[in-house]
Amino acid sequence: MIIEKERAELENKREFISKKEPLVSRENRKTVGHPIVENPRMTCRNVNVYYGDKHAIHDVTLDIGRNEVIAMIGPSGCGKSTFLRCLNRMNDTIDFCRVTGSISLDGKNIYDKDVDVVPLRAQVGMVFQKPNPFPKSIYENVAYGPKIHGLVQNRVETDEIVETSLKKAGLWEEVKDRLNQPGTSLSGGQQQRLCIARTIAVGPEVILMDEPCSALDPIATARIEDLIDELRGNFSIAIVTHSMQQASRVSQRTAYFHLGDLIEVGSTDQVFLNPLHQLTEDYVTGRFG
Amino acid sequence: MIETNIDIVKKGLGKRYRAEKRFRIYGVCAIAASLIFLAFLFISIGTNGYTAFQQTFIRLSIYFDPEILGDTTHRESLASANFPAIVKQSLLKMFPEVQSRGEKKQLTSLISSGASYYIRDMFVEDPNLIGNTVQVWIPADDDVDMLIKGHTERGVEEAERRLNNKQLGWIEKLERDGNIEKRFNTIFFTAGDSREPELAGIWGAASGSFFTMIVTLLLSFPIGVAAAIYLEEFAKKNRWTDIIEVNINNLAAVPSIVFGLLGLAVFLNFFGMPRSAPLVGGLVMTLMTLPVIIIASRAALKSVPPSIREAALGVGASQMQMVFHHVLPLALPGMLTGAIIGMARALGETAPLLMIGMVAFIVDVPSGFTDPATALPVQIFLWADSPERGFLEKTSAAIMVLLTFLIAMNALAVILRKKFEKRW
Ligand SMILES: Nc1ncnc2c1ncn2[C@@H]1O[C@H](COP(=O)(O)OP(=O)(O)OP(=O)(O)O)[C@@H](O)[C@H]1O
Ligand SMILES: [Mg+2]
Repeated sequence: MIIEKERAELENKREFISKKEPLVSRENRKTVGHPIVENPRMTCRNVNVYYGDKHAIHDVTLDIGRNEVIAMIGPSGCGKSTFLRCLNRMNDTIDFCRVTGSISLDGKNIYDKDVDVVPLRAQVGMVFQKPNPFPKSIYENVAYGPKIHGLVQNRVETDEIVETSLKKAGLWEEVKDRLNQPGTSLSGGQQQRLCIARTIAVGPEVILMDEPCSALDPIATARIEDLIDELRGNFSIAIVTHSMQQASRVSQRTAYFHLGDLIEVGSTDQVFLNPLHQLTEDYVTGRFG
Repeated sequence: MIETNIDIVKKGLGKRYRAEKRFRIYGVCAIAASLIFLAFLFISIGTNGYTAFQQTFIRLSIYFDPEILGDTTHRESLASANFPAIVKQSLLKMFPEVQSRGEKKQLTSLISSGASYYIRDMFVEDPNLIGNTVQVWIPADDDVDMLIKGHTERGVEEAERRLNNKQLGWIEKLERDGNIEKRFNTIFFTAGDSREPELAGIWGAASGSFFTMIVTLLLSFPIGVAAAIYLEEFAKKNRWTDIIEVNINNLAAVPSIVFGLLGLAVFLNFFGMPRSAPLVGGLVMTLMTLPVIIIASRAALKSVPPSIREAALGVGASQMQMVFHHVLPLALPGMLTGAIIGMARALGETAPLLMIGMVAFIVDVPSGFTDPATALPVQIFLWADSPERGFLEKTSAAIMVLLTFLIAMNALAVILRKKFEKRW
């Protein structure tokens, strides 16, 4: 119902803006729009990803700005997760996965030989599609990251960081009386917020979220969207989503992927209301995928 | 009338349910068959072996005659003191009518040839017994034991009996006077092996097994788990790890006697380790158990969901921290189960021990890892091979003890798994 209404509103808005230029044709796979921003947090240049012989990401160039939420959309299998996992070298765990090009965090290429993935992943945190709390207590789940990185020295500091992280993730009120219960005993939405709390407890600069709401109901989704909006004040966030409504609600910029190509990047309003590329328009108007 | 889909589905239902029912019947039959065989095994071992937990004893009043014993103040002279004569004397006192040499011999053969050692041990413990008379229950000879337990018949021809009519008469007299009775067989649980069934016990073999298992556990569990963790979590997947994997799987299927030969060649001949020692037995068992533990541990590690690994890596845990903080605790129950099952298999293994000399006849209970020893299954093998009727029940009883250990170990595996799994 809500979605129907939003769609109608979107259609309305779309009619206001008259299209001046003709759309870029489907055959042209060069990125259109504004992949590069001023003063970015992360910069990706000519990134190619291969799974063995399979070329999963083709020559993607994209910046992630400071204090912005960038949404990545596109049909299933187009390489959104693959690209996201490159940003904190999660793909290292796959033996046959190869990444070329450069991805820099604050000017330093994270694929350089001398870069250690452990501090990198503390700087670039990740929230996964399926909530995956550790089979440990709620407290332990949040305290684990700070503990292994030596961010806390004693119980008092740990308590504090657990409390603030859970508060930021909007979970504190629900779990403050049962911090010693297993994280796996929470509901799906609570587990996902616990995972977000676990990620922000380490104090990352960038948070990567791979379809964080795909397993959640609308209410839990709304809470997480509010949370993302709040977190934007301190972090850069890259979020993969299948819901265009969600992308338009939470993000400032949107990147549209298609079969391994980055087709279009621009401000969220522009991408949804006035796409430059035929493929983007097909997708956002529901003619594809 | 048109046949709708649901009609077709309904038509096929009967066939589907019949197939399911058939399958259930097969399952029940299979389980029933294995239960019957198991029950048969337990019953036959139980009925053969339970009598071994009792032993026939004869009561003698022993007079520690200073004249026979002579000088008993020194340890050395004690060793040569004539304790057999003391036992003989007290027996003869009970049966004054026995005079001839031959009869005396037949009379003393009613009690165990180990009797004099018991008397000596008693005396060493309390030298004040000199000049006193005490009532002592002495184990009877195994022929008497068999007779009392009813394993040999009294009614058959004298020539076919191991005890002659005169000896039977003496036994009957002992029975009338209440000087012969069956008591709980502590010897069986405390003694080492012996040529005499009434003096043989499994404590020596059990200790040998215990020391062997300790060595096996201490070596194979850490090495096996470490190898599994390395192969599964750290090693790059390439041709070498494939070759190693294939070889480990092959090793798990190698007949155990081959490991015995390997142990003989490497540990005994090359390193010159002591023969018949639990240390070497443990090393051989380690070789045999390692592949089992590695395979079980790798399976346990594989079954840990990848999402947990990603979660750990995602917050910046190193590979090592991911493994030890998150993967290992979840894999541990499976690893323990694998280890205990491997150990249980090693406990029941005979063939490799034959090759390294743990099959020898060893009377002394081993007190360390390098003492000559044998193991429970080898002891069973040795006794089963003995001609004396008395060893028959000992064999079954030893099997019962071994089975008890095995069941206990498997139960422990289940308990440990439950305990560690219950945490979340
Ligand atoms: N581990 C892998 N091994 C081999 N190929 C992979 C692997 N992961 C992804 N791929 C391939 O890479 C391509 C991109 O996959 P990716 O998971 O990034 O898609 P996605 O855009 O996230 O899709 P979805 O929206 O369904 O999650 C797909 O064609 C997929 O088959
Ligand atoms: Mg995906």
